[in-house]
Amino acid sequence: MHITQNTYTIHKLREIVVRASSRSKEGHIPSALSILEILWVIYDRVLKFDAKNSNNPARDRFILSKGHGSLGLYAVLIAKGLIEEADINHFCSFNSTLGGHPDRNKIPWVEASTGSLGHGLPIAVGISLGLKIQNLTSRVFTVIGDGECNEGTIWESALLASHHKLDNLCCIVDYNHSTDRALHMGNLIDKFRSFGWNALGVDGHDQDELFRLFNRFPEKKGVPTVLIAETVKGHGISSMENQPAWHHKSPSEEEINVLIKEIYEKA
Amino acid sequence: MKKPNMRQQFTSTLSELMIVDERLTILLGDIGVFGFRQVFSDYPTRIYNIGILEQSSVGLASGLAMTGLIPVVHTIAPFLVERCYEQLKLDFGYQKLGGNFISVGASYDYAALGCSHHCPGDVGILKNIPGMSIIVPGTAKEFDILFKESYNNGKPNYYRLSENSNNSDQDVNFGKGSVIKAGNKATLIVVGPMLQPVLEASADLDVNILYYTTIYPFDHDLLQSIILNDEKVVIIEPYYSGSITVDIINSLENKNVKICHIGVPREFLTNYGTKSEHDISLGLDSLSIRKKLLNFINK
Repeated sequence: MHITQNTYTIHKLREIVVRASSRSKEGHIPSALSILEILWVIYDRVLKFDAKNSNNPARDRFILSKGHGSLGLYAVLIAKGLIEEADINHFCSFNSTLGGHPDRNKIPWVEASTGSLGHGLPIAVGISLGLKIQNLTSRVFTVIGDGECNEGTIWESALLASHHKLDNLCCIVDYNHSTDRALHMGNLIDKFRSFGWNALGVDGHDQDELFRLFNRFPEKKGVPTVLIAETVKGHGISSMENQPAWHHKSPSEEEINVLIKEIYEKA
Repeated sequence: MKKPNMRQQFTSTLSELMIVDERLTILLGDIGVFGFRQVFSDYPTRIYNIGILEQSSVGLASGLAMTGLIPVVHTIAPFLVERCYEQLKLDFGYQKLGGNFISVGASYDYAALGCSHHCPGDVGILKNIPGMSIIVPGTAKEFDILFKESYNNGKPNYYRLSENSNNSDQDVNFGKGSVIKAGNKATLIVVGPMLQPVLEASADLDVNILYYTTIYPFDHDLLQSIILNDEKVVIIEPYYSGSITVDIINSLENKNVKICHIGVPREFLTNYGTKSEHDISLGLDSLSIRKKLLNFINK
């Protein structure tokens, strides 16, 4: 089997996620794995930033609105050299900078502290508007979950973003179907379109397809963009995919070796 | 010329500051729009009638703050404070961002509209957000002074505008209480617009009157220096009675004091009518306050 540079990295990122959760007995693995390719493409190929200065005003912004996927974000920040790999060994420990949800006052590369669902998108809308007010051309990316789309503030913000013509905003919905068992969100492409967004569907695990769509952004002047990314919770580890039992469970010593093996068996 | 009320002052203070501070950005929750028509015309990208979606407006405001702007969010107190509590707590308090939240309606200024528009709980609720400034001006001029002193301090600041207003302006400073009058029989700690009925109620009484317009950060030093052991203390507040009692007790350390509370009782005010009718019915008019003071001081 031919393993490309990127595929190798994705496997390594999955391993970082799983090992950190196993070590700490904390973290939401499936929710981190469903967004891993999205985050990796954004940080590796799309986001413009200055690795020497996290506060460079010209940087693009990324906000993980579904903050419980923090392990995925940390793995990507490690891979980009923006946080120390050793820090993940202390994930969720008392003095750790890396917690179950990301904290902007502890990690310079985190734009917004999230955790309570429905906060990141309104913040991203505010940043997008603030950049426009100041004639800055940076772009804003945010990842929300389908469960998070239950929150009223998502739809309030969707109205605000289109009304204020925030074409510098790209929201990615991690449609991993976690909310199917509670409140079904139905066709999110149609819903966002009816709210005035440029809405596109994508396989959220297809890195090249994600990159192709990010490259088109911003494609419509005066219109915010949303990618409805079809994803699988626990993607990349066959025994974890779509298994609700794993939502907030951490692997034991015995389980970890099986999971790591599965990670590297996956193409 | 007639003095402006607090709402009019809010409009003129902000209109004035918009010219000199290009970071200021105003979000109106579909109220007070007409008063800002000149600002809308002069600075169309820095003032928005944002709509009736308070939670996302506060979240959006924190995003503005992250880009270096100074947001001002304005709507009716219960919608700004109670509906958006989590946004104020997380998007501003926890994230350590600066922003200004200016409410109207106070405890029951919208008496005729009923309980949905009352907000006697605002101060007590916001005190739960570490680092959130709480400002209760007693006059329009005091709002102007306190706002200009604090709006760009990099912290979340709450300003409580009310229809009730004292006849005279006091020398106010953000974060400081002041002594209005010195006396011996008791110390009255009076917040914002309660000063007017208290002055009327206590003109001939031998009491200290301490005046507070900033609830947080609370001026502990003033109380510590004025209040003596075994003293009688009366706390007179325009919102839920007892909201700042803990702060007062903490200021007094080892002193024994006897406390009397005068403020809005913790109950739903299901009558309509006018604000003044509610003041009288709740015993917050000057005559009722005088009776309570005499009763407590002479006991």
